[in-house]
Amino acid sequence: MSGWRGLLLALAISLGASPLHAQAPLNVVASFSILGDFVKNVGGDRVEVTTLVGPDGDVHVYTPTPSDARKIADAKLLIVNGFGLEGWLSRLLQAAGGKASIVTVTSGIAPLRLGSDADPHAWQSVANAEKYVANIRDALAAADPPDAEFFRQNAQAYLARLDALDGEVRQAVSQIPESRRKVISTHDAFGYFAARYGIAFIAPIGVSTEAEPSARDIAKIIAQVKAERIPAVFLERIGDPRLMRRISAETGARIGGTLYSDSLSDEKGEAPTYIDMVRHNIRTLTSALAN
Amino acid sequence: MIHDIYDALIGPFIEFEFMRRALAAVVALSLGGAPIGVFLMLRRMSLVGDAMAHAILPGAAVGFLLSGLNLFAMTAGGLVAGFAVALLAGVVARTTDLKEDASLATFYLASLALGVTIVSVKGTNIDLLHVLFGNILAMDDQTLLVVAFNATLTLIVLAVIYRPLVIESVDPLFLRTVSRAGALAHLVFLALVVVNLVNGFQALGTLLAVGLMILPAGIARFWSRELSGMISIAVASAILSGYAGLVLSFQTRIPSGPAIILVAALLYVLSILFGNVRGVVRQLFPAPHLEA
Repeated sequence: MSGWRGLLLALAISLGASPLHAQAPLNVVASFSILGDFVKNVGGDRVEVTTLVGPDGDVHVYTPTPSDARKIADAKLLIVNGFGLEGWLSRLLQAAGGKASIVTVTSGIAPLRLGSDADPHAWQSVANAEKYVANIRDALAAADPPDAEFFRQNAQAYLARLDALDGEVRQAVSQIPESRRKVISTHDAFGYFAARYGIAFIAPIGVSTEAEPSARDIAKIIAQVKAERIPAVFLERIGDPRLMRRISAETGARIGGTLYSDSLSDEKGEAPTYIDMVRHNIRTLTSALAN
Repeated sequence: MIHDIYDALIGPFIEFEFMRRALAAVVALSLGGAPIGVFLMLRRMSLVGDAMAHAILPGAAVGFLLSGLNLFAMTAGGLVAGFAVALLAGVVARTTDLKEDASLATFYLASLALGVTIVSVKGTNIDLLHVLFGNILAMDDQTLLVVAFNATLTLIVLAVIYRPLVIESVDPLFLRTVSRAGALAHLVFLALVVVNLVNGFQALGTLLAVGLMILPAGIARFWSRELSGMISIAVASAILSGYAGLVLSFQTRIPSGPAIILVAALLYVLSILFGNVRGVVRQLFPAPHLEA
């Protein structure tokens, strides 16, 4: 592998003609699938991106493997969400060594609070996703100046698509009667989504998927769903679906389908990219909350 | 005053169906698991429950690989793996010099390692145990029926093998001279242990299932000298722990599984101190009529 890369490099030097395209692609590691998707859209073929927590994985309780440490040791850039999402990362970094510079994509975003901690799920608001993309663009440009213009153009095109997506979501929410804009979801990953688009998310479990609910928590939710006439209960991608079914059976609220929060699906799934994920979520929400 | 007590102790079960279902599940689990725990204790196999709990993982993992997050496939896989380890350990113990606890320890460790490997080869990072091993608050019809069926089956089978099992627990050499039912009773018993563990997992979650099996047996030891008394007390204290644990979880914010086991542990400590049969206080201050 490294021999092959060395050969490419030698070839590039000997040709000398167009270093821009003969250079090996920039080696970037993203902590989870959604960030990986952003990097792919901005970096195109000039960036080789690997994700540590792949599709359908749970980034909160992830246990790093030795191959992750190797990926990080080889990387130029390490793209992370920040806001305490990747709690396992600092130890992994120390163990892996290497010279990757860390890019925190949430820089410049004001965090929402969950208790005393920052809520990490900022990407659920498309406006924040645009800041993510801008941060990634700047980081890639700084790491690979010859391709800066290329990254800028990609980012511009992608940001335009995100703008349109933001409009789509607003449009869809405005179709739902105001009194029905509230749901219950297995884990409160949708704080930013709620704040931007005005659909209330009430969660039975705390911010981390590790926490186990007590009988009192469940009783409070059931009482609340009944009192506020919440129309739909949402199973999340990750979590115990039986608990949701129980609450639904006891309250008569509709079970609304699957929302993607922390991870994309694989290529064949319903949400292989960030844009697909947001579209899938808003479609699911509108169909559950419509009369 | 009386109204407050009623609200605290009975209100939750009247108001919420999930609490009633949880209580029903706890009663069924107690009826099946507690007698098993008593026999485990008598046979000095209390830690076997723990070992078997780990042995079940690779079977669940294979079920997960074959059919995704399918509760039935994962449970069946867990049963097969549990039986395999129990049988292998039994065979090794009876044909070689290695004692049963040692061979069980080796098999369950190998089995656990295999399970972790299978889960990580699959590559997804969903917490398998969390999905397979449910939550007492989330009892759906299917799980509740399985738990109840299992309790019935356990009690019937125990009734059938009761005699050889008791004799084998107390005096295996005698039984071997008069009958060959001992080995069979032992195997059937191990099968019951596995079934009850897998079943308890679905309702209570991983290692807490073992707790509801073993702790009541420990409690019963301090209150009765004879077997039927011990079994009744074990079942009663398991049900009491389940009920009190649910109420505790409802009134505080302690998750239900740990709350149930903590109540059982508290009862155990009280039994050590005040138990009839060689409890600490009884030994320090013997009752007058026991003195010579």
